[in-house]
Amino acid sequence: MSARFTPEMKQTHTILVPDMLPVHFTLLISVLRKYGYRCELLRTASRAVVDEGLKNVHNDTCYPALLVIGQFMEALKSGRYHPDRTALLITQTGGGCRASNYIHLLRKALEQQFPQVPVISLNFSGLEKDPKSGFQLTAPIFLKFLYAVLYGDLLMSVANQCRPYELKKGETEKTLERWQHRLEEAFMTNEYLKTKKLYRAILDDFAKIERTKRNKVRVGIVGEIYVKYSPLANNHLEEYLLSEGCEPVIPSLLEFVMYCAISTNVDGKLYGYRNKQTVINGIGYKLIYAMQKQQIHAIQKHGVFDPPHDFEELRHLADRYISQGVSMGEGWLITAEMAALAESGTENIICTQPFGCLPNHIVAKGMMRVIKNAYPHANITAIDYDPGATKVNQENRVKLMLANARKPQS
Amino acid sequence: MTNQPQYSLGIDVGSTTVKTVVLDEQGKILSHCYQRHYSRVRETVTEQLEALVQTYADAAFSVCITGSAGLGLAQSAGIPFVQEVHAAFIAVKQDYPDADAVIELGGEDAKIMFLTGGTEQRMNGSCAGGTGAFIDQMATLLGITADELDALSLKAEKRYPIASRCGVFAKSDIQPLLNQGARREDIAASIFQAVVDQTVSGLAQGRSIEGKVLFLGGPLSFLQGLRQAFVRTLELDEEHAVFPENAPVFVAYGCAMFAKQSGEGMTLSEALHKVSNAVAVSATVTSEPLFASRAEYEEFIARHKQHDLPFADLRTTTGKAFLGIDAGSTTTKLVLITENGELLYSHYAANRGQPLDRIVKQLKKIYEQKHPDLHICASAVTGYGEDLIRAGLGIDHGIVETVAHFKAASYFCPDVDFIMDIGGQDIKCFKIRNHSIDSIMLNEACSSGCGSFIQSFALALGYDIAEFSQLGLFAEHPVDLGSRCTVFMNSSVKQAQKEGATVEDISAGLSASIIKNAVYKVIRAKSVEELGQNIVVQGGTFLNDAVLRSFEMELGRPVIRPAVSGLMGAFGAALYAKEHIPEQSTLISAEALTQFSYTSTGAKCGGCTANCALNIVRFSDGSKYISGNRCEKGAGKSTSSAIPSLYDYKYQSILQYGVQDESKGQSDSAQFVGVVGLPLALSFYEQMPFWATLFRQLGFRVVLSRESDRNVYYQGQHTIPSDTVCYPAKLAHGHIEDLLEQKVDFIFWPCMSYNVDEGGSDNHYNCPVVAYYPELLRANNAKLTPKNFITPYMDLNYPKGVARAIKRSLAGYSLRGRLQAALDAAYAAQKQYRDAVAARGQEIIAQARAEGKKIIVLAGRPYHIDKEINHGIHKLITGLGMAVVTEDAVAELAHTDEKLQVLNQWTYHARMYRAAHYVASQPDMQLVQLVSFGCGIDAVTSDEIRSILERHGKLYTQLKIDEINNLGAARIRLRSLVAAMEE
Repeated sequence: MSARFTPEMKQTHTILVPDMLPVHFTLLISVLRKYGYRCELLRTASRAVVDEGLKNVHNDTCYPALLVIGQFMEALKSGRYHPDRTALLITQTGGGCRASNYIHLLRKALEQQFPQVPVISLNFSGLEKDPKSGFQLTAPIFLKFLYAVLYGDLLMSVANQCRPYELKKGETEKTLERWQHRLEEAFMTNEYLKTKKLYRAILDDFAKIERTKRNKVRVGIVGEIYVKYSPLANNHLEEYLLSEGCEPVIPSLLEFVMYCAISTNVDGKLYGYRNKQTVINGIGYKLIYAMQKQQIHAIQKHGVFDPPHDFEELRHLADRYISQGVSMGEGWLITAEMAALAESGTENIICTQPFGCLPNHIVAKGMMRVIKNAYPHANITAIDYDPGATKVNQENRVKLMLANARKPQS
Repeated sequence: MTNQPQYSLGIDVGSTTVKTVVLDEQGKILSHCYQRHYSRVRETVTEQLEALVQTYADAAFSVCITGSAGLGLAQSAGIPFVQEVHAAFIAVKQDYPDADAVIELGGEDAKIMFLTGGTEQRMNGSCAGGTGAFIDQMATLLGITADELDALSLKAEKRYPIASRCGVFAKSDIQPLLNQGARREDIAASIFQAVVDQTVSGLAQGRSIEGKVLFLGGPLSFLQGLRQAFVRTLELDEEHAVFPENAPVFVAYGCAMFAKQSGEGMTLSEALHKVSNAVAVSATVTSEPLFASRAEYEEFIARHKQHDLPFADLRTTTGKAFLGIDAGSTTTKLVLITENGELLYSHYAANRGQPLDRIVKQLKKIYEQKHPDLHICASAVTGYGEDLIRAGLGIDHGIVETVAHFKAASYFCPDVDFIMDIGGQDIKCFKIRNHSIDSIMLNEACSSGCGSFIQSFALALGYDIAEFSQLGLFAEHPVDLGSRCTVFMNSSVKQAQKEGATVEDISAGLSASIIKNAVYKVIRAKSVEELGQNIVVQGGTFLNDAVLRSFEMELGRPVIRPAVSGLMGAFGAALYAKEHIPEQSTLISAEALTQFSYTSTGAKCGGCTANCALNIVRFSDGSKYISGNRCEKGAGKSTSSAIPSLYDYKYQSILQYGVQDESKGQSDSAQFVGVVGLPLALSFYEQMPFWATLFRQLGFRVVLSRESDRNVYYQGQHTIPSDTVCYPAKLAHGHIEDLLEQKVDFIFWPCMSYNVDEGGSDNHYNCPVVAYYPELLRANNAKLTPKNFITPYMDLNYPKGVARAIKRSLAGYSLRGRLQAALDAAYAAQKQYRDAVAARGQEIIAQARAEGKKIIVLAGRPYHIDKEINHGIHKLITGLGMAVVTEDAVAELAHTDEKLQVLNQWTYHARMYRAAHYVASQPDMQLVQLVSFGCGIDAVTSDEIRSILERHGKLYTQLKIDEINNLGAARIRLRSLVAAMEE
């Protein structure tokens, strides 16, 4: 068994966290910092990351595992971090997908070379519960995480709506950075709870950015969560779309959080059971949904930017094509997001996935036919990512999709 | 722009060719050109432009570039770009407004466009191998040109099933056919058929190709056989199959049209200037040169010279001699040695698909040249062609390759602990522990990247292989091409070339890739130190100094490469012959050899319902050799004494649930509440007792889909949306079609996130595919409706929930209060089945032990008992004299406190872990794991099972299976396992 993260290590160890979403993760680790954890985001993207991944995990393992583990191994070998004073943090979703096993694959990789390095599982489903661990996901941290996701989503969404149209190049980025710092500070006190005020200020600030008319081709990005969000995994898909004169539309992270939160209840209903977990999750879900609703209202009231998809609406949309019982990986959420994008006028959709992703056989490639039947103008392309796929190959497919894209009618 | 450009120019830069088309103002084609670029993209475009400048001088043009390799050029030259499928689309709309569909095959891409009933354009996914390149590759394999391949195909009599998904798979299908002496004409036609199947299944994905179909691209305009295959398969008549005259340049034509509308105005000299000054932005990663200096190279050469065999003269030597033959997949190797191991004669050459002819010729030479008093006392053969050669030429021994290579390696290095052999077609690595083979690693079909791979590249770039590899030795900046399968490698190379890498750099890069592929993909070493201390490398590919050097660099220390590196299999066979001298060698005599001839014909075996396609080779002495059969029956031998296999038992038990109860007359359907169809697929191979019993008890007639075979797969092929899903899932589509044809009232298939909790694991999920496949089927088969396809969610661990779900989903049928009793009976039937399997397992184990036979636990998933999925591997094992039991029969017997290093969360996989623990405690058992290609979950399980077994000193053997029923690799592994168990 690998090393445990002891309470003493809180003082001595740097916790490495692999980056997935630059805006959100910066906020998330600032929350952890507030609670005394010395965290650092890993953003390395060299070829060595992929090579270490190939060396250390089974090559048929999904690409996200390969990248995340490769990133950790590269960091430990680089000399930048002392193995005796470094810990690793990895998320664990805990469903029937392979992703729940990443942490074990990481431990296997560490076993021979860095047995002293402790691995922390970050999960919300009670896996690896250990009261003696120096890392405890307490209720206050959890709550702040939720807010961090909410703020992160808002920043990401409005920035995406400004960036393609800004008149002064770089202004969106500047505003974004300013707000990131500002929010990091807000998490140090209780200011982050003043969502009404902060949402308003963020929306105002971004609305001030001078922009041209919003008339570019919109391209939605859905798919497996890591590949969808991480530029390292998707070969900087967002940047590429921007360079091709498109507006990338990226669904919020909160949707995934809510999807996870509600799945126990959906199972309970489908399979006919009710227990403590379903009750707690039910309450939790209602809370989070209220938080999402509040944000949506704020954006709608402000009137400049498009709000994220209402989660209950996503669930209704899903019901037309697939059961919410499909809960492995990103499950029915991918299908629902594709439908929601098409429904809200973003007909061009890229579905990103690791090569050979099991749930996506069903929920992504498997559902495209019915989505296209429902939205004849939907222009969906699936793109596989893995260590061997070349950028040229992927971009050519995006190009084909764009050649078929219709400009918005506005 | 003041005046409208007079002309327009479209430049189509494909993966292998450059095409240009010039249009006049009316859109008429003035000139066109089609040229292979051998990866010198910019140069070739420049050439064509230069030629055009001669004609059009300073006329105003509008110019546009298209094509898979054209994007980079367009960007760096600042010329507009149009996506190639879109370019074709424009031209089709213009010239063939009534076309319904377009199929375009290019060098490496395959595309399909649907024009009527919802426009849609599709390209092959990144996994599907290219088509033009695929055909070239196959032609190379046969040692002929693509045109010759075409000519051969027109004389075909039959077609063999060949994997169409990617070139690497197809190769491993074709090679055994060649080695077994199948007609080249038939193989040629089969190759084209494979391309057609790939297009129809991989690209159309559920949409049927109907109406007027347009065929575009180079291969479809030059290859008659391919055209015919398409027309025949799609059942098109002359009117509906259109092959435009300008098909090869059609995309360039569309591109020129696009240029007309929105290209950029310039003169051709300007365009030429832009292209020739285009600076490629390099994103290519490079690595260290192979040799820092000439001196280092000299030292390297001298060091490897040490491991050489002494020679002896065939004409003057007398005494005993021993013959060893290695009938490899692409090459034939033969050696004759003396009693002291001196080399009398050796031969190494490509077999061009005719290994038998090659060897006969060499043997004749030996008989002619040898001293009359030199006697060949014993002979042995190894390799893919072993059986054929042995049958034809009376070779004394047939041995498995791994044993041959080990023999040869220990001759040069008695302490060898690791052998790596890279041949033309495969990579074989084995670890040696205590002077016996400990574990074997072979490349699976998808990670090939071997000798023939470099060769294909060399030829594509216009070099011969020796010259090409020599170039790499002193490359200054070898390109880092990563490690992955051939198809991906192709595009990496393309990208590197586009970015200005030299042929030298690419050659060196490819060598390094081969090594990385072997070390990190095949062996999956965490670090190179793991491999061993005394490493011997062999196989023809290591004759390539660049590959050898790359390996030493990766290792950071020298290895031993015998000078006869390419001949090691044959040398090992000869050494084996030397140790096993028969009283009288049965080797064909010089006289008999002069009379020797053979013919080969195809036939269908009628021995059982499998209908194996047989290949019968008749020799001039009247004997014959039959191949292609899965069991012994077809080979003309009597079925060997019944060694029991639990696979047969389980399969037959499941089939029993489809047998109708005679007491209720089948015609009298009035007695039934309804007719339910249960597919023989995925989870039903486990839970059939439950569902069949439940529905019978509820008063339904239960109909099962027919047993799987290749045709079941074809039947549902057009509804498969994801071509990388596992074969067991793909087969499900055919079972649905079959049940629909059987006119059942409805098909029942529950969705189940969770499987039965059998205890002892962290959770009890199904894999995502098994859990939710009904959702996918409903969404992709237009014939399925909520009424005829009932797919409720349920969890068998909650009987109350199950009852509610059944009641709800069968609301239209009268259950007459029988539900609870039926459910009780169903649970009981399932338990009875599980107990019966365990009991039968015990009987088989007891019987095997009584007869002193070894026992193999063939561990897989329940659906691996489907004969179309396992391809009869269990029969192969019983054929080798071992009994077969399944993972679920022994899982319950395991008692262990060992903790797993993975999250144990899937029911079927938990059984395998437990079975592995049990095997570890049984001295006469070994475990063989069946893995379906594309099963991502086995990426987790296989490593864990391996570590459980190896911790207890057991061997780990994994067999990867797919739709391909070539059992060659499986045979090698199983025979090596037998050899290792005997030591």
